[in-house]
Amino acid sequence: MIYGASAVYYREILILRRRLTRLIPSWCVSPLLYLIAFGFAMGKHVTLDGHTYMEFLLPGLIAMTSMTQAFAISSEINIARFYWNIFEEIQAAPVSDISYVAGEVLAGMTRAFLAILVVLVLGFLFGVVLSLNPWFWLAIVLNSFLFASLAVGIAMLVKSHADQSLMTSFVITPMAFLGGTFFPLENFPVWAQKIIYFLPLTHAAGAIRTAAFGNRPSFVSLMILAIIGLLFFCVSVWCVKRAKD
Amino acid sequence: MIRIENLNKTYKTVQALKDVNLEVKQGELFAFLGPNGAGKTTTIRILTGLTRYSSGTASLNGFDVGNRSVESRRQCGLVPQSINLDRELSVFENLTIHGKLFRMDRQERNKRIDELLDYVEMSDRKETLVKNLSGGLKRRLMIARALLHSPSILFLDEPTVGLDAAIRRKIWALIRKIQQHGTTIFLTTHYIEEAEFLADRVAFLDKGAIVVVDTPEALMNQMGVWALDRLKEDDMETLYFNDRKEANDHIAAHKDSFTLRRVNLEDAFLSLTGKKVS
Repeated sequence: MIYGASAVYYREILILRRRLTRLIPSWCVSPLLYLIAFGFAMGKHVTLDGHTYMEFLLPGLIAMTSMTQAFAISSEINIARFYWNIFEEIQAAPVSDISYVAGEVLAGMTRAFLAILVVLVLGFLFGVVLSLNPWFWLAIVLNSFLFASLAVGIAMLVKSHADQSLMTSFVITPMAFLGGTFFPLENFPVWAQKIIYFLPLTHAAGAIRTAAFGNRPSFVSLMILAIIGLLFFCVSVWCVKRAKD
Repeated sequence: MIRIENLNKTYKTVQALKDVNLEVKQGELFAFLGPNGAGKTTTIRILTGLTRYSSGTASLNGFDVGNRSVESRRQCGLVPQSINLDRELSVFENLTIHGKLFRMDRQERNKRIDELLDYVEMSDRKETLVKNLSGGLKRRLMIARALLHSPSILFLDEPTVGLDAAIRRKIWALIRKIQQHGTTIFLTTHYIEEAEFLADRVAFLDKGAIVVVDTPEALMNQMGVWALDRLKEDDMETLYFNDRKEANDHIAAHKDSFTLRRVNLEDAFLSLTGKKVS
């Protein structure tokens, strides 16, 4: 399994390395706009639980970035599948479906980590320093694993690149705004809080924020992320098998 | 060795393959000839593990392509019809990925890459990005890639489609060279001259079923040696002769305009299926 996964991962990393000079500026744009618009302009005089809004916002942006960048592996898979037919080259090789999923998920997680480093540097430039303890990184690992696993499954289910952007519009964008990235969940009505509790990003943003403030995140949130992540991983393996016509 | 028994494939309501039976011996160059949509690519996709079959059995060197697909995939190399190279990566990087997918260790992989690039006359293109290669070079790279893990069976799905005549002949020479090294080659094509020039045996495939399997010579000899084409108002009539003198006598006895040529596989295909290959 390891050989197959490492080959798939190696391919994605080669492509990532080739595009890195273009990707880093693109990873800066959204966090920079949110930090300026929400952090500077709107949240200048806002404090939440004894933290400045900028300190509140940055862990949320980290959770959101790990989600969007891990999920972005689905676009890479789709391009390889629908435009360059490279998925066939992997399918024709003696690589098991689980190895393929593991390689792609690892690639998605790597992409998420690199993008998070960019956000951390931007935060530092804005004067925000977070506690980068093991709990913080564990929450990021679980969150990026979950969304990279979801991405591989969705990439196998969609029939075209256009379907892919629909999934982003209906799943990722609403979660980015409702999952506790920009404001505390307590600000929502109670009925909405109950719904939002089921979003994985809610748990990721909560866990990352708690850890970034130097506290231990909720065990329940970490377990929820791990269980949903494993579930998505298994579903993705099934979807790869199903992708054969 | 490739063995196919009673193989069927159905896509929803369309039966793409109907009871296909076939055996290809080690070292043989076998061509699947048929028009577009005949089921050639479906057969290759099933044999290489890309598509599941509906019923029947298929095996490569004794490994069932359905039940033991990982082992059967190790036996073969595939050159698909469409270019499936990583355009943003170099020739060397594309080959390295393939070697890693087939669990080749670094030393063996790098040695084999150098050998194969030399074999397909692309040693000077090792660091070139694939997007900067011509169509012919991309095809040669795909063949080199399929051979990298030293498969005993090579599947070539329309390997010269879209290439000009000169490059096509270069690819043919390369295919012959590969066969001389003992590799079994399973080729699909709708180019008559490609099958005639390369194949030890040919199968005619029409609407998912095998019509006939034989050597190109035997199939053509059934028709005669010489063909006379006469253009009618809305059709072409072809007459066959064993002797050139007989054909010339026929021309002399009629006022019509004829074209005299040697019989080819297209004539055999037309006679057996009632339609042209290309």
